[in-house]
Amino acid sequence: MKIIVLMKQVANKDAILRINKSETWIEEGDLSHEVNESDGYALEEALRLKEKHGGGEVVVCSLGPQRVKSVIKDALARGADRAIHVVSDDTAQLGPYAAAKVLSEAIKDEQADLVLTGLQSDDNGYAQTGVILAELLGLPHATIVIEVDASGEGLRVKRELESGWYQWYAMTRPALLTIQSGISQIRYATLKGIMAAKKKEIKELAPDAEALGAAAHQRITKVYFPQKTKQTQFLGDGDAKAGAAQLAEKLRTEARIF
Amino acid sequence: MPNGILVFAEHRGGAFNKTSFEAVAAAQQLGASLGQPVSAVVLGTDAALASQVATYKLDKVVSVENPKLSDYTPDGYADAMERAVRALDPQFVIMPHTYLVRDYAPKLAARFGKDLISDCVRASVADGAVTFSRRIFQGKIDADVVANGEPPVFATFQSGAYRADQAERGGEAAAVESLPVEVGEVRMQPEEPFQEVKQAVDLTKADTIIAIGRGIKGQEHIALAQQLADLLGGEIAASRPICDAGWLPIDRQIGSSGQTVTPKLYIALGISGAIQHLVGMKNSSTIVAVNKDPEAPIFDIADYGIVGDLFEVIPVLTEEIKKLKG
Ligand SMILES: Cc1cc2nc3c(=O)[nH]c(=O)nc-3n(C[C@H](O)[C@H](O)[C@H](O)COP(=O)(O)OP(=O)(O)OC[C@H]3O[C@@H](n4cnc5c(N)ncnc54)[C@H](O)[C@@H]3O)c2cc1C
Repeated sequence: MKIIVLMKQVANKDAILRINKSETWIEEGDLSHEVNESDGYALEEALRLKEKHGGGEVVVCSLGPQRVKSVIKDALARGADRAIHVVSDDTAQLGPYAAAKVLSEAIKDEQADLVLTGLQSDDNGYAQTGVILAELLGLPHATIVIEVDASGEGLRVKRELESGWYQWYAMTRPALLTIQSGISQIRYATLKGIMAAKKKEIKELAPDAEALGAAAHQRITKVYFPQKTKQTQFLGDGDAKAGAAQLAEKLRTEARIF
Repeated sequence: MPNGILVFAEHRGGAFNKTSFEAVAAAQQLGASLGQPVSAVVLGTDAALASQVATYKLDKVVSVENPKLSDYTPDGYADAMERAVRALDPQFVIMPHTYLVRDYAPKLAARFGKDLISDCVRASVADGAVTFSRRIFQGKIDADVVANGEPPVFATFQSGAYRADQAERGGEAAAVESLPVEVGEVRMQPEEPFQEVKQAVDLTKADTIIAIGRGIKGQEHIALAQQLADLLGGEIAASRPICDAGWLPIDRQIGSSGQTVTPKLYIALGISGAIQHLVGMKNSSTIVAVNKDPEAPIFDIADYGIVGDLFEVIPVLTEEIKKLKG
């Protein structure tokens, strides 16, 4: 089975975000980055499917500047077989349709049995790139997938619905699935894996110019910190311990918890 | 000329989702500001369901019909909605940002060569132009977004962005129009939805919930929070990453995929406050947030906040409560 996993690099979860001068995006300069959370789970699922079903190939594909190589190398160290890096410096403002179009051009000749993506990115959070990609590749899709059964000729996938409900779908293969975090426990890269990764192929591609240059369907005009709507009583004024003591008092006298 | 606003009313097995009526409220407000008529669209096998939506103040309700629409599938819904949108030619298509809409609507938009302005928290109109606001970076930053290019503009609204009870009812029922549509090959077959075996704990009954997030750093630290919960006679709960990591069972997960709770006291320790978490706990009576990041979105819904390290806060809080309890 040949599985392509799309992986995006995003700002570190604990990064302190600052707005840029023109108020059109965040200040990128001093940010640290990491792999998008659900994409890490998508890779893990691909590796497990390959192991379970007697081989094949796991190909990682990432779109972005040179720094995304760290995501690619980490994926190769965990067990992906090779990688495609669509190199583009300016992807922050790329809408999901354009991103999907660029990715579809990059992977369409691979004829994969499965394409896996995370269910949304932790930065822009569009939650669309995978689904649009499926449409552009002519593949059936399922989103928010929490279990995959590929033992038969087609697929059975368990989708998460709201409020603790689930639903299985039977579907044809090839297909595209967007994977939910928590589908399985993510493995660590071993030293052996890290060494082996050095010999694995990373193919660099230029993004399809037409897809990249097409007029965006949505444009960010301004970014800012959300306006606070609730009057929060901040306690301790930066002193956590003092805050804790005040909180105990408030819970007794104001909230009357005990 | 494209005209009007089309709102997608979602149902599962005949039960409408509350967020559908939030979307109706959003569409009505947009319609009022733009001076454009608002119609709703309901997908199904016959017009029976559409009449439930017709009680709202709408130009009309279009019942988009095909036998293949008896159960939700992304292929079926994308085909049907594409035909409805082409037939009705609206300027805006408004949808709730539910798991179902997330599943098919990007495919629908792609049929028009575009994407969705997804998960909006607001829309405002100035000089006839609409600005949508989306919350990005997991709720930490807002982005104002404008649509480019030809209509229709597809937009989805976050759960809670508008209130369902603000959706206006009409004086008399809106007209229901049947629109039979073609639906092509459907490549997936759904089985019955189900819940996992009965949950071991029912957090909805707890008066006090101590919830931990990724800030707790390691499974070995959960005992700290557990002590606090025991002292207050409460239950321990968590954000998704804690359950994903297997540190706590999934039945202790709070949020859109987990449980929705409204305890008297909810203490969030090291939880950032992503919308998928907030929807599960924001109606708690008293909310306390402890987070080292002063900009963490969780503070926006907290009654009491402590900006600081939870490993400093929990021991002191536990001690002080012990003292006060005497
Ligand atoms: C379809 C879908 C469904 C989802 N369903 C759910 C759901 O049901 N429930 C849910 O919770 N999430 C859900 N999520 C995930 C959600 O989007 C967030 O990713 C998640 O809630 C983040 O969890 P967190 O706040 O614990 O982690 P993070 O966002 O990583 O936040 C950790 C916080 O801890 C703080 N911190 C770190 N160290 C310390 C310290 N020493 N002291 C104090 N503070 C500290 C940090 O400042 C940060 O704010 C869902 C996502 C999707 C896309």
